[in-house]
Amino acid sequence: MTPVITTNRLTKRFGDFVATDSLTFSVNQGEIFGFLGANGAGKTTAMRMLCGLSLPSSGDATIAGFDVYKQTEDIKKNIGYMSQKFSLYEDLTVLENIRFFGGIYGLNNRQIREKCDALINRLGMEDETGKLVASLPLGWKQKLSFSVAVLHDPKIVFLDEPTGGVDPVTRRQFWDLIYEAAARGVTIFVTTHYMDEAEYCNRISIMVDGKIEALDTPGNLKRQFRSESMDDVFYQLARKARRGD
Amino acid sequence: MQPIIVNSLNKTYGNGQVTAVKDVSFTVNENELFGLIGPDGAGKTSIFRILTTLLLADSGTAKVAGFDVVTGYREIRQRVGYMPGRFSLYPDLTIEENLAFFATIFDTSIEENYHLIRDIYIQIEPFKKRRAGKLSGGMKQKLALCCALIHKPEVLFLDEPTTGVDPVSRKEFWEMLGRLKSGGITILVSTPYMDEASLCDRIALMQSGSIMTIDTPEALTGSYPDPLFAISTEKASMPSILNALAQFEKTKSHYAFGEFAHASFTDKNLSADDIIGYLDSRGITNSRINLIKPTIEDRFIQLATQK
Repeated sequence: MTPVITTNRLTKRFGDFVATDSLTFSVNQGEIFGFLGANGAGKTTAMRMLCGLSLPSSGDATIAGFDVYKQTEDIKKNIGYMSQKFSLYEDLTVLENIRFFGGIYGLNNRQIREKCDALINRLGMEDETGKLVASLPLGWKQKLSFSVAVLHDPKIVFLDEPTGGVDPVTRRQFWDLIYEAAARGVTIFVTTHYMDEAEYCNRISIMVDGKIEALDTPGNLKRQFRSESMDDVFYQLARKARRGD
Repeated sequence: MQPIIVNSLNKTYGNGQVTAVKDVSFTVNENELFGLIGPDGAGKTSIFRILTTLLLADSGTAKVAGFDVVTGYREIRQRVGYMPGRFSLYPDLTIEENLAFFATIFDTSIEENYHLIRDIYIQIEPFKKRRAGKLSGGMKQKLALCCALIHKPEVLFLDEPTTGVDPVSRKEFWEMLGRLKSGGITILVSTPYMDEASLCDRIALMQSGSIMTIDTPEALTGSYPDPLFAISTEKASMPSILNALAQFEKTKSHYAFGEFAHASFTDKNLSADDIIGYLDSRGITNSRINLIKPTIEDRFIQLATQK
């Protein structure tokens, strides 16, 4: 198995505050990796460093083979990103958004046209291509947003609470898209507050107060913490947290 | 008297182009914790805004604390507490100043109603000189709840108080709600988290502006129409189990649910052994199957997908 994310004692300080504290882990190609933690545990800070948006204070990390200090632009070209807060441009149509992001990621017109057709077809959105994204239901927006985030076949896609507020049926359709992308070899790095979704990951890490306190498959974590559910594993770890967000 | 009575409410936006609330009716009993459960876009916030007299419905009527939401809005505003989904306190005022401000507006004082907020306020009191804009999400949430309670409301409206909050803080918040209810306040709360629904006395499951059903959590899960099975195996991946189930002619519904696949079948006499036999024939061996008690989320999926 080839690691596409490796970190070694990755640390970020803001003044005296250690937001992420010596993270060491690796994620393999095609893996669905769940990155869990309570509010304020340091998930967002860690993700920003892994996406090349924020320089670490100390430690090392390589993302898709590129260094987080020196090659941040290469990292950005080789990853996809979506979050609940930022996904698509509401005032552009479905088609315009796809063309815009395709262009940003350096695809040529022919590639964009092919990708676009495949994407619209897969999501069954043939009748919506001319509609403004603002007019779509949240669940469709999120599915479209994910598809756009993997339009350029990135090595890794970072998903920051992609399914918050989405209905249970659409949430599962969203995970179907994740599974399909992972099967194509895209590595999925995902945060969520839904513990049932933690079960859909190959491995998960749980952060508490800036540190990774547990990292394993859902099954092994439940055995390790003698718990019936991931909810309980999370509760056992996170209730020890001393800091909020 | 029922503190909340809602009768055939309708609300559209953009000259009738977007329907937010569609023929919604429900009543909340005194001292009840009633939940509106549904995803974003289900119409929950529009209902909250109509009931707190901040938005006019297109049609239908509603009464809160005995007063009509249109003609009695002044009386209602004196008698309800409202915690909107977005943080809406004054970020430049401190914790203590925000609380004093809301107490003064309602012609009372922190001291007079301190007993109501005590349990919650003591958790943020050490930071009372800190500006609200500088607080963590969990602390903002607690302050907002204190501000909504400080005038001793008869009815409390909480719009998605736990959205984006981690499971530990969510659990603590619901424990607080339980204590408030036992103090005699009627609470209408909304949430997109199905697991929180079971903590309400009664719930309305909502989707696309309509209420699909209203009942107690126990009755809702108890009235699931089919036997529901949870399927798991050590060897096969979730997509391969779901794929096999999708191709079984007797499968009625199937979806992932944490580590298990949940499935119901058109043949109610189908046994666990029959299903194991089918999965074996598809190369999915050593599967474990249990008949389970459906959850609220199972029921929601069943209602949302039935034709």
